Amino acid sequence: MNIPYTVEERPDTGLTNGKLGIWLFLASEVMLFGALFSTYIILRTGAPEWPHGELNVVLGAVNTVILITSSVTMVMAWATLKLKDWAKHRLYLIATFVLAGVFLVNKYFEYKDHFDKGETPAHSTFTAIYFTLTGLHGIHILGGMVVMLYFLGPGAKLWQKNPDQFANRIEYTGLYWHFVDLVWIFLFPILYLL
Amino acid sequence: MHSDSAAVKKSIRTYMMVGLALLVFTGITVGANQFHFGVPVAVTVALIIATMKGSMVASIFMHLSHEKKWIYGALILTVLGFLILMTVPIFTTLDTIGQHVPAIGGAAAEHSGH
Repeated sequence: MNIPYTVEERPDTGLTNGKLGIWLFLASEVMLFGALFSTYIILRTGAPEWPHGELNVVLGAVNTVILITSSVTMVMAWATLKLKDWAKHRLYLIATFVLAGVFLVNKYFEYKDHFDKGETPAHSTFTAIYFTLTGLHGIHILGGMVVMLYFLGPGAKLWQKNPDQFANRIEYTGLYWHFVDLVWIFLFPILYLL
Repeated sequence: MHSDSAAVKKSIRTYMMVGLALLVFTGITVGANQFHFGVPVAVTVALIIATMKGSMVASIFMHLSHEKKWIYGALILTVLGFLILMTVPIFTTLDTIGQHVPAIGGAAAEHSGH
């Protein structure tokens, strides 16, 4: 049995089911991160003093550049599929996957430096919220990498069978990936700069 | 979603320009941090730039500038929920948890010596 409305749009919503689904998922993600941002505000405004300059701004800025670049490569992976250029699509998707990996490697070194100095999540309120926010974001990066790996591997077969459905799946992956980038755009200034 | 080749080729230029603008804004955010403004100014500047960057990602990369009304409807509800979450910190300054509030009749009992 075929799943309906994967390529053609539903007459009532004007959307494919997948697109509406990913946006509803992203809406729930906004609430998840929103609750944590709200927690950050409560902790920060309630703290008698807040550490400043404890995080490596250069590494944080480099990771911001990496994620923004990965957002460009991700949208290009989708655009090249629309232009039926399979080779370039693969190249852009691999680039996005590699950039995501580099982001996590940087984060590993950043975490390791904190742990070496004894700055564990239990060290202070700041480290607790820092590890919670960046850890959850890191898990999202890892989740995105798993999806990309699937579309670079077994999931790529769909391109031969149903190219439009495959392009839609890459678009949904892109929407998720841009959301992860968007969250980092706010995390970077509030944690590293303010 | 525009799918014809000409429209996609035109969009590619926009994606590149937006990507470049996002990198420039990141540079401005880091650069502005070197000036050591007061906390209220620093927070305002950083959040304005972050909001501008976030809007560019959402409208161009996530194609929100030309989406269907169902998506906008879902997002309006999300924004409302998000704003409610952001007002929660205000209530923490208005509550009386941890403050001593005498029980009804307690003060009178204390004065009568019982």
